[in-house]
Amino acid sequence: MTFTRRAVLAAAAAAIVAIPALGGSVAHAADTIKIGDINSYKRLPAHTIPYKKGVELALKEINAAGGVMGKQLELVSRDDGGKPGEAVKIAEELFAKDKVALISGSLFSHVGLALTAFAGQNKKLYLAAEPLADALVWAKGNRYTFRLRPSTYMQAAMLAEQAAKNPAKRWATIAPNYAYGKDAVAAFKKVLKQKRPDVEFVAEQWPGLFKIDAGAEVQALAKANPDAIYNVTFGGDLAKFVREGKTRGLFKDKLVVGLLTGEPEYIDPLKDEAPEGWLVTGYPWQFIKTPEHKKFLDAYQGAYGEHPRIGSIVGYNTMLAIAAMLEKAGSTETEKMVDAMKGLSFDSPTGPITFREIDHQSTMGAYVGRTAVKDGQGIMVDWTYEDGANYLPPDDEVRKMRPTS
Amino acid sequence: MGFYIVQVLTGLSSAAALFLVASGLSIIFGVTRVVNLAHGSFYMLGAYIAYSLIDLFGRGGLGFWGGIVLAAVAVGMIGAIVEVLILRRVYQAPELFQLVATFGVILVIQDIALLVWGAEDLVGHRAPGLTGAVDIMGTPLPAYDLALIAISPVVLAGLWLLFNRTRWGTLVRAATQDREMVGALGVNQAWLFTGTFFLGSMLAGLGGAVQLPKGGADLLMDFNVIAAAFVVVVVGGMGSIFGAFLAAVLIAELNAFGILVFPEITLVLMFLVMAVVLIFRPWGLLGSPEAPGQKGQQGPPEQPLRPAPVRVQMAGVAVVGFLALLPVVAGPFALVLTVDILIFALFAVSLHFIMGPGGMVSFGHAAYFGGGAYGAALLIHYANSNMESAMALGPVLAAVLALVFGWFCVRLSGVYLAMLTLAFAQVAWSVVFQWNDVTGGDDGLLYIVKSAWADTAQSWVPFYLLTAVLCLSAMLFLRRVLFSPFGYAMRACRDSELRSHAIGINVLEQRWLAFTLSGVAAGVAGSLYVFSKGSAFPDYMSIPLSFDALIMVLLGGVKTLLGPIVGAVTFTWIQDEISRFEYWRFFLGLAIILLVIAFPQGIAGFGRRYLGPWFGIRAEEAQ
Repeated sequence: MTFTRRAVLAAAAAAIVAIPALGGSVAHAADTIKIGDINSYKRLPAHTIPYKKGVELALKEINAAGGVMGKQLELVSRDDGGKPGEAVKIAEELFAKDKVALISGSLFSHVGLALTAFAGQNKKLYLAAEPLADALVWAKGNRYTFRLRPSTYMQAAMLAEQAAKNPAKRWATIAPNYAYGKDAVAAFKKVLKQKRPDVEFVAEQWPGLFKIDAGAEVQALAKANPDAIYNVTFGGDLAKFVREGKTRGLFKDKLVVGLLTGEPEYIDPLKDEAPEGWLVTGYPWQFIKTPEHKKFLDAYQGAYGEHPRIGSIVGYNTMLAIAAMLEKAGSTETEKMVDAMKGLSFDSPTGPITFREIDHQSTMGAYVGRTAVKDGQGIMVDWTYEDGANYLPPDDEVRKMRPTS
Repeated sequence: MGFYIVQVLTGLSSAAALFLVASGLSIIFGVTRVVNLAHGSFYMLGAYIAYSLIDLFGRGGLGFWGGIVLAAVAVGMIGAIVEVLILRRVYQAPELFQLVATFGVILVIQDIALLVWGAEDLVGHRAPGLTGAVDIMGTPLPAYDLALIAISPVVLAGLWLLFNRTRWGTLVRAATQDREMVGALGVNQAWLFTGTFFLGSMLAGLGGAVQLPKGGADLLMDFNVIAAAFVVVVVGGMGSIFGAFLAAVLIAELNAFGILVFPEITLVLMFLVMAVVLIFRPWGLLGSPEAPGQKGQQGPPEQPLRPAPVRVQMAGVAVVGFLALLPVVAGPFALVLTVDILIFALFAVSLHFIMGPGGMVSFGHAAYFGGGAYGAALLIHYANSNMESAMALGPVLAAVLALVFGWFCVRLSGVYLAMLTLAFAQVAWSVVFQWNDVTGGDDGLLYIVKSAWADTAQSWVPFYLLTAVLCLSAMLFLRRVLFSPFGYAMRACRDSELRSHAIGINVLEQRWLAFTLSGVAAGVAGSLYVFSKGSAFPDYMSIPLSFDALIMVLLGGVKTLLGPIVGAVTFTWIQDEISRFEYWRFFLGLAIILLVIAFPQGIAGFGRRYLGPWFGIRAEEAQ
């Protein structure tokens, strides 16, 4: 009796394992170019689901227009669980089993860096879509890795340039206690100090990522009595920080600068409590009136019935970049694709983008503006689009950082 | 002055949610001995359900507080359902086995929450009438903080009354002390356990719900709170509600003031506190030593180990033959996956070595896996070493870590020992994570290149064979040790510390050496892993990896020597298969839960019972 029940349970467990495995191996069209997509779809879905939607929209449009080199593009999408070791295993599998031509994607910096190392060692093309780590194209860069999204340094430099125009002298910073937070603070300090040697940094706070003790951190910042605050927290940490900061009067009469704070992923959940008057980078999707963005916006809203997030536009641009690269390379051979990626230019909803030959960073820019609240929603006002090309260190500095390749 | 008073009060209010969650966990563990990893999921559900209920009821005073209370009750009911449907079926399993089931529950709840509430973070409603700030000597304090400060003592008093002034509470306390005696006296244990789960989960739900005005609901809450909750429970003393309160306040206040002096201490502070407390008070602040015979072991004592019968040995040879032939018959990715499986099998076997025969459970075994990984990676990076010597010397770092941490850990026992290993592992992790200049922080160490002959960009076969030889030899070596005088002495220390001592075994030294040997074996696995992946990251030392190993061992069967291998193969392979599917966490969780219920002695334990006789394993051993 118990044996039978056990058998049923075990069989059920086996079926659960088997069904998705069967489903996964059914679809294989004959004459397609396969692209391996690796991302943390379950660890940070608020960011990665819009990314996937952007990717799929672009693919649909590219394929409807006849594909590339007469072939349709096919995406093989996998979840890395936010683990670098897992991502590398999946990359092996995508190349060995699924025969993809290249891989793209990833959000977390350490996962992106693991794939960077993989690409360099295995001589496979990797287009890093979203990870922001500066090291990815500089200190740890290699011939086979390219990055689309404007990096930590670029976005911090855009903010520092604007912040330098403010008379504020005493600065405090708050950033999550990991590489992205550290990089973001270091880059901001460096650029701000260059433009304004008279500023001083009077306090630094480093809450654990997604574990902020917001009340205590806000108090610690207030104690230093700064004129201005540079915030790098995001997600749930940002919501807690903003709420505590407002209630405790931290932001009163202070300039607050927020990296990524204007991205819909982070400002939308705050609704009418979104901070007002912060200087931020973000994505004011409602107000970009260029025809190419309008076309993208209409198609996206038509397809999904919701507005795009920053992840959506990055995903969309990633596929545009890959299609343009394949068109230019005329081949799916890795070395030819890498050569085509170098200096590749293409037009995107956010304007023309070039992958720099010198460090493989794209010149995709970011929108810099002030936050405001309108109709119970956080928005960006007085924004400008800053071209990424203007916010990169001088060439000789880049060459020094990048290993010879 | 106002600043410091407000900082104290801020700390007290941060302690509130932590105390609620931890008290629930402590009650559940005290009575049922279940290490409930899903407790964080109940906290998360409390936040989400309260959010939806407040939306439904409106944001008035009644809607807000009513929503919070109802959400807590709803979560309590979910906890009770989990207990009745799943855990009740596995109480007879070996110690800690239930935590595998609760791990499955975490995965299932994560995907359900994503499906129901969506991916976007929800920012919590503000408490009506408590949105402003109170001025305390010139420094503002959010009014809701005062409400939170009031909630903990009220709940604490309520729990005290419940446990000391009601019959049910008396029974719960009795079961905490000696649950078999309570059963013998005719108390219906099943309902007592269900009731305990209801209460404990309700407190977790309440914790999640009351923190809404301070934050909100998101999908990472469960993992983010669970480690902290365990730390509070252990620092306070398992099963002690007052201890949990004291520990929550202690940790929250140390954090509130610690960040003023060392802003970067946030990652590691509570684990440092736990390590210090456990070194000086091995049962937590207000806990009491475990009574003899109360280690939660179920069933008859284990049979002595016997060498494998001929048929089992032949099966082993067949497996080795299969592995040797694999490069000929299988494609490259099968080799990649098998390399992962072999490495994790060695990792799981090394954990099982101290956990099963050694009787020392480690919740922080990834420290030594990561130690081996970083040992090798640092050699490559700074000493320009080649792959062979880095692989050979990498585990030395694991050995050093195991020697140092083990010296403290082996003095403890049971869950306290396990939590001290966790604390040390977390300290090691945070050193690797923070020490950018040397370890590269969480950007890791990249380009850990293999020697030319093992370059996997060309072919995986040489590296696969290297891994297979090293992992199999290490596993066989650990097995051999179990049948040596050293292994006998180690098992003697597990079975009776007193008698071992009496016959002249230095118990602490014996356990210390066993702990170190196990750490070295984990380090070998780690140094192989770092070469197979080509880069090293702090993840290789992190809590999730430690628990992966624990789940492999338990799923396979802690009371068999093959268990960890079977568990590692099953877990790694299933995860690889299922992760192709969109809602893979739901299905992985469900598969784990079904396996747990089907094989309460672990998969290998089940295999031994039913296939053992055919392989020539004696009947009394197979039971």
